[in-house]
Amino acid sequence: MRKIIGIIAISLLLGACKFNSGGKVLPIYGTRTPITKTVNGQTVTDTVYQTIPAFRFVNQYGDSITNKSLDGKIYVADFFFTTCPSICPIMHRNMLPVYEAFKNDPNFKIISHTIDPKHDSVPVLKKYADKMGISGNTWWLLQGKKEDIYQIGEKSYLVAVKQDDGTPGGYVHQGYFVLIDKQKRIRGSYDGTDTKQVDQLIADIKTLQAEPDQK
Amino acid sequence: MKAGFIVGVFLLLITSIIACQSEDELEFKRYYSNGSTVYETKCQNCHGKNGEGLQLLIPALSDSAYIKANKTSLACSLKYGLKGKLTINKKEFDGQMPADDLTEIEIAEVLTYVNNSFGNKLGVVTTEQVGNDLRKCN
Repeated sequence: MRKIIGIIAISLLLGACKFNSGGKVLPIYGTRTPITKTVNGQTVTDTVYQTIPAFRFVNQYGDSITNKSLDGKIYVADFFFTTCPSICPIMHRNMLPVYEAFKNDPNFKIISHTIDPKHDSVPVLKKYADKMGISGNTWWLLQGKKEDIYQIGEKSYLVAVKQDDGTPGGYVHQGYFVLIDKQKRIRGSYDGTDTKQVDQLIADIKTLQAEPDQK
Repeated sequence: MKAGFIVGVFLLLITSIIACQSEDELEFKRYYSNGSTVYETKCQNCHGKNGEGLQLLIPALSDSAYIKANKTSLACSLKYGLKGKLTINKKEFDGQMPADDLTEIEIAEVLTYVNNSFGNKLGVVTTEQVGNDLRKCN
């Protein structure tokens, strides 16, 4: 009896280890569609994963940024606004270590979309970037048409954003950091207000970078 | 008899001093622990768990010299907000702190908390002091 319990315990332990360090492959999130096609006379079913669609925004330098600007990049996306009194300061305080860890990697980006494009013009975003101490082209603060930003937030990055004049600052939004791979698939979603989850994000970016099809 | 009387007075004096001290101590603890709750709900999002602020956007709360120099205007800043250029920890800030309609006691508590956290050791701020300061806001 005792032996059996021991074996179960050990296998559970191994399983747990495998689950934790076996971060060799991160899960792929979002909806998936099976497609059936014929290859060499044989019917095969393939899975098509949800990907981030085409978009066009402007960054803090006034440069046009599209989905193509992120081709071949691993990136983290979030949603914020510069006058946000609630969770944004926490999110960006926690994003700084992510920026510091990967700012010298040309194949890594952070994109923060403003959900208040009316106030957060390009010069406002540039001033925010300067005060945050971010320079160069690793961390882009993106501004665009409000509908486009809300749509890509909810439909593609699966982060809820909406205007609500009843809340402090006037917007409700979730503080998720969404990790996107080079194939533009969602590989993780982390609570940007929780330092432990942000540590996990940094670890997962390294795991993702080591995946064969991310090199 | 006389000696006994002197000893008695002496003992009375000692106990009353100890009692007073612990009364002060108690008051401080009450202000401080309530202040930490006010801080968590009203200040922490921006100024951070450890009062560290955020780069050049939000100042840290660890500049004891600034706190001392602005001792009598801090209550007004909390209640009515603060705007314009500030130099804190030798860094220049030019942002805006939103107003928050805190009560006098909440202001006293949170100021006591900040005054004695993040490396500051500036003692208690009483509700009476806050009341006086608030009457002189610009």
